[in-house]
Amino acid sequence: MKNINAMLNCTKLVTLNHIVHNGGLYKRPFNEAFEETPMLVAVLTYVGYGVLTLFGYLRDFMRQWKIEKCQNATEREEQKDFVPLYQDFENFYNRNLYMRIRDSWNRPICSVPGAKVDMMERVSHDYNWTFTYTGRVIKDIINMGSYNYLGFAQKAGTCQEAAAKVLSQYGAGVCSTRQEMGNLDKHEELEKLVARFLGVESAMAYGMGFATNSMNIPALVGKGCLILSDELNHASLVLGARLSGATIRIFKHNNMQSLEKLLKDAIVHGQPRTRRPWKKILILVEGIYSMEGSIVRLPEVIALKKKYKSYLYLDEAHSIGALGPSGRGVVEYFGLSPEDVDVMMGTFTKSFGAAGGYIGGKKELIDYLRTYSHSAVYATSLSPPVVEQIITSMKCIMGEDGTNVGKARVQQLAENTRYFRRRLKEMGFIIYGNEDSPVVPLMLYMPAKIGAFGREMLKRNIGVVVVGFPATPIIESRARFCLSAAHTKEMLDTALKEINEVGDLLQLKYSRHRLVPLLDRPFDETTYEETED
Amino acid sequence: WESFLPSQVLVQPVQLICLYAPAYHLILEGILILWIIRLLFSKTYKLQERSDLTPKEKEELIEEWQPEPLVPPVPKDHPALNYNVVSGPPTHIITVNGKECINFASFNFLGLLDNEKVKVTMIAFLIRKQVNYLRFLHFFSQIDVHLELEERLAKFMRTEEAIIYSYGFATIASAIPAYSKRGDIVFVDEAACFAIQKGLQASRSNIKLFKHNDMADLERLLKEQETEDQKNPRKARVTRRFIVVEGLYMNTGDVCPLPELIKLKYKYKVRIFLEESLSFGVLGEHGRGITEHFGINIDDIDLISANMENSLASIGGFCCGRSFIIDHQRLSGQGYCFSASLPPLLAAAAIEALNIMEDNPDIFQTLRAKCERIHELLQGISGLKVVGESFSPALHLQLEESCGSRENDVKLLKRVVDYCMNSGIALTQARYLEKEEKCLPPPSIRVVVTVEQTEQELDKAASLLKEAAQSVLN
Repeated sequence: MKNINAMLNCTKLVTLNHIVHNGGLYKRPFNEAFEETPMLVAVLTYVGYGVLTLFGYLRDFMRQWKIEKCQNATEREEQKDFVPLYQDFENFYNRNLYMRIRDSWNRPICSVPGAKVDMMERVSHDYNWTFTYTGRVIKDIINMGSYNYLGFAQKAGTCQEAAAKVLSQYGAGVCSTRQEMGNLDKHEELEKLVARFLGVESAMAYGMGFATNSMNIPALVGKGCLILSDELNHASLVLGARLSGATIRIFKHNNMQSLEKLLKDAIVHGQPRTRRPWKKILILVEGIYSMEGSIVRLPEVIALKKKYKSYLYLDEAHSIGALGPSGRGVVEYFGLSPEDVDVMMGTFTKSFGAAGGYIGGKKELIDYLRTYSHSAVYATSLSPPVVEQIITSMKCIMGEDGTNVGKARVQQLAENTRYFRRRLKEMGFIIYGNEDSPVVPLMLYMPAKIGAFGREMLKRNIGVVVVGFPATPIIESRARFCLSAAHTKEMLDTALKEINEVGDLLQLKYSRHRLVPLLDRPFDETTYEETED
Repeated sequence: WESFLPSQVLVQPVQLICLYAPAYHLILEGILILWIIRLLFSKTYKLQERSDLTPKEKEELIEEWQPEPLVPPVPKDHPALNYNVVSGPPTHIITVNGKECINFASFNFLGLLDNEKVKVTMIAFLIRKQVNYLRFLHFFSQIDVHLELEERLAKFMRTEEAIIYSYGFATIASAIPAYSKRGDIVFVDEAACFAIQKGLQASRSNIKLFKHNDMADLERLLKEQETEDQKNPRKARVTRRFIVVEGLYMNTGDVCPLPELIKLKYKYKVRIFLEESLSFGVLGEHGRGITEHFGINIDDIDLISANMENSLASIGGFCCGRSFIIDHQRLSGQGYCFSASLPPLLAAAAIEALNIMEDNPDIFQTLRAKCERIHELLQGISGLKVVGESFSPALHLQLEESCGSRENDVKLLKRVVDYCMNSGIALTQARYLEKEEKCLPPPSIRVVVTVEQTEQELDKAASLLKEAAQSVLN
């Protein structure tokens, strides 16, 4: 009893301001937490960057005066008098900060990146300027960095057999655009399936997820329209918005008051100088934000969208397949109807083990995109074996292949997420994001710890992804774990043990809201004392 | 300690000041103090003039506002709405809309789409590994196959380094903005393809169009820029300049005059970006593209970009050049950093296709002979003119005389295409986004030549087109 009360009190402390008050809109608790950066840590991080910058200047000076050998590739002799291609300062970060910990990124692998992966070992004898491969392969590294939410990146299985059959029939490429001679019967089959999966009238599939955004947003909006985009939107959404020529206004991340204020101002005051009314307003949000691990406040966004007569573009790159009781994404997670979202976009890269993107919505929308989308006119369509992979994995998730595998995976992912997040919080790390999001960012802050964390985890056979500036704000570097349905509890426990060790070694346990650990067995009246297992 | 009383501490100095300071000084100070007090108490100045609307008026405005529908309705008979459905693979014999035809519409120049060796390699690869792998490029997604493909491409093109993209369109559209930023100047040909146009738009640089393949026009623009530079030498020293051209133009079937461009490059100190999607695997003795065709040193071209979706019959694209240039894209090419990498299966297909290209260098000669044959056969069709070089495998057939509006031209050409499709030759019209293109090419029929087509098939296609033109246009 005491234990449970203590636990309840502690959770209240963490989630105090984050359970929303909009009564009937939310059918389930929405727990998001972004703990503040401790002051000392912030100061030390700045100091760290300052020291690195000073050393950077020193090294540049030494390189310029030939005291140190310059390892950079240089311009051709014949072109030395051309205008320099890169600004010196642009590359300062690259030469002096990124280069020192470059071995944490671009690690080549040589097996399927499933729950475990094999990596090629490489060493550098000149401080990361060049790498040589020793020829050894590090086997069975627990993979916590790949977006493999439902575990479809696997070696054998029905997906692979189906893909082999289609391969021998169709070949790899298509050699034409969708509108010319590239529309195969396989594509039509896929699109019907995607529409059924999402619960929308019609859908269209494209060859690249990034290109889906950057080539379709310009087809939907143009000059005289307004785009309201979240602060932390992905580069593809930002590029698509810029290429469209519409006016872009940014609202604070997941902040509904900020969004409402922008909507009100936009409609009341019209376009900036001419005061003409806007032609249309498009709100761009993502299902799960992969750098923060937060989930969009979809019920509130939809309520606002209806009140102010604007349109909603939802990018479900990470949330499709990963959220919701049957994996249909963030719309199902909140129990809403897919008809409320005007444009449902997503990618097949993360949860389906394939490549490409899709857009789903009403029939008029898809007909319009078939005619005017840049991708349909100028870009090659999806490759047939990839299409087959998507069809097989989607049928598996929907349960249409006759097994329960899909449903089991979705549930396993949800369990893994909750377990992993809870354990990390108990250990005392600062974890960002929503409790149900399978993307778990663990804050590192200091630049040296970025490299150290990556290397220490690799020594212990765990593969993690570390992210720093410029993908994140300069002091908020983090390690990002991506959970998968293919991770078993043993793998997670091993990973957690190692993370605990490394956390103690590098002093990463910054959190000041310590949760009391939950008993792993159900409370039993017959126990009188709590004993540690 | 009475002298430390606050009143005394304050009063004494003030008295001293009033006695000894000049009058104008006191008055000035007094005015300044009053001004500060006024500023402190006045309302803050808002930059944006907000008209004072009452909340009720605001609500009325919000209720009255009616947005346009998200998308305008598309008429059911729009030519681009109803796609041709291809059942089965788009190989040499293709089944379009249920009818079997000979394929003259897919860019499968070297016939590698259906190649047995490629398929066998891919299936073996599938058994060893898996179809895809879907990760954000920096993290666990550079697989050994990618490294191998990059090395092979760099070796084939005889450059230092190559970088792979997972989508052909995104290759040049990400490469240009990685180097050319706001304030830089890009000279681009009018007939550049849409992917280049999007790359230029994303880069926010100054775009200067020169007439298609007109070196005199380009030189004029370069000279104008030179005089501008002399007016402002400081700015000129940091403004980068680029020329973007295609090896074999998709929209017109011409080649660019590369030797003259190289001369202009060194004269005016401009860098050249070459887009070789159609010419890679087509031109040159070994298929290395337009640099081999003209016998130019590949280091003279700063960046070569091509997609693997035409000759290599795979998916994706690559850029190759010197390490100094290519390495920059690994951190700043948007389509590379923020996107998943190429599925390894397709990379394996590309490697096998490269092997075939290297082992059989005579297919390029065969392709060239077929292109010249069809080019000759298609001359003299009444009503249609051939647009493109004699050795270009992707030709256009345009109407000799337009019949008024673009819509009617398109309808007329559709009837020609339908006639051919019904008789067993699959053709397509070249598709464009009419409102988005900078210089919209006239409507045309695309004719694509591949090595798999036999001489009889070429003859059949030519005679069928003659018949179609005869019956539809006359």
